[in-house]
Amino acid sequence: MDFKSSDTITGPRSEDVLPHTAAAAVKVVVVGGFGVGKTTMVGSVSEIRPLTTEETMTQAGIGVDDDYGSESKTATTVAMDFGRISISEELVLYLFGTPGQERFWFLWNGLFEGALGAVVLIDTRRLEVSFDVIGRLEERGVPFVVAVNEFPDAPDHGIETLRRALDLEPAVPIMPCDARRRESSRDVLMTLMRYLHSLTATRV
Amino acid sequence: MTPPQQPPHGASPGEEPGGEAPPQRERRDPDNPERLYVLTGEDSERAPLDLVTLIVARGEAAPTAQPEHSAVLRLCRTPISVAELSAYLALPFSVVTVVVTELLGSDLVQARAPIVRSALPDRSLLEAVMHGLQKL
Ligand SMILES: Nc1nc2c(ncn2[C@@H]2O[C@H](COP(=O)(O)OP(=O)(O)OP(=O)(O)O)[C@@H](O)[C@H]2O)c(=O)[nH]1
Ligand SMILES: [Mg+2]
Repeated sequence: MDFKSSDTITGPRSEDVLPHTAAAAVKVVVVGGFGVGKTTMVGSVSEIRPLTTEETMTQAGIGVDDDYGSESKTATTVAMDFGRISISEELVLYLFGTPGQERFWFLWNGLFEGALGAVVLIDTRRLEVSFDVIGRLEERGVPFVVAVNEFPDAPDHGIETLRRALDLEPAVPIMPCDARRRESSRDVLMTLMRYLHSLTATRV
Repeated sequence: MTPPQQPPHGASPGEEPGGEAPPQRERRDPDNPERLYVLTGEDSERAPLDLVTLIVARGEAAPTAQPEHSAVLRLCRTPISVAELSAYLALPFSVVTVVVTELLGSDLVQARAPIVRSALPDRSLLEAVMHGLQKL
């Protein structure tokens, strides 16, 4: 194992340490195509300098008539940026931004299953890069909101046109945002929580 | 499943405020071939340790402990998530879960499980999160 010797490890800065009372955490995932602003959003609302965790994923082809001798295996490293928001003395929210190839995110055990919900960031110059991830969230029943990251030269289609183009369920919130601004990113998370809350209210 | 399309609001669909109409998403093909791939060794079972399980030390590392064990114990003198351990140690998540599982086995750390989404989300939890975000 490749391991840095213990004394070269830099732990959290003293102000980044959680209190002893921290009892449980929740997580939210920020998804979207290449370069839509995921890392920016995680960084703008995080109370700690954003960190990166990674995982090595081994994929084994289990084709239709597979013979084990010829089974192909490929290893891929998937890295994720994440940040943290202390909600209270007891509760911590972690925010994960998922770069790279979308299909690997969904293989990361429990990442989406355990998340309270997801934020889909879109760039209207390249709407299609977010189509696949929306479908995957729908298939897995992960509740999500759509945030339109407003780049200066991006076409402004209007929210309802985007809703139709993305074929979103009527209740799914869609809102503009500026991922660089903390309050704007915070508002997106707030919209997600309100939406999740409304789902509990409508369920019988 | 798919609800009927909403009627267009106001402007006729032909007149796009941003000029060209955006591309249209098609629903995913359920027979997508990449479903023939699985992750080795993990199946569909949820790992007992989540990225955001909080780990807290209960004891000190023995002087003879492996460096990974000592490093984890040092970092979790205060609660810290498995994801943060992975980041600070520059080790993959699955490697950190192995180390933490060993430490749990010898009772040197405690794990505080995350609150995950369930069929019926906890309203008071969501209210607490909203309250916390409001103060941000
Ligand atoms: N104008 C504008 N620029 C933004 C905004 N958000 C991000 N950017 C810029 O867009 C670029 C890409 O942002 P990132 O946050 O790295 O995007 P990402 O989704 O993490 O990218 P990948 O991880 O490579 O997929 C950066 O140069 C950001 O400064 C925004 O809201 N408005
Ligand atoms: Mg990024």
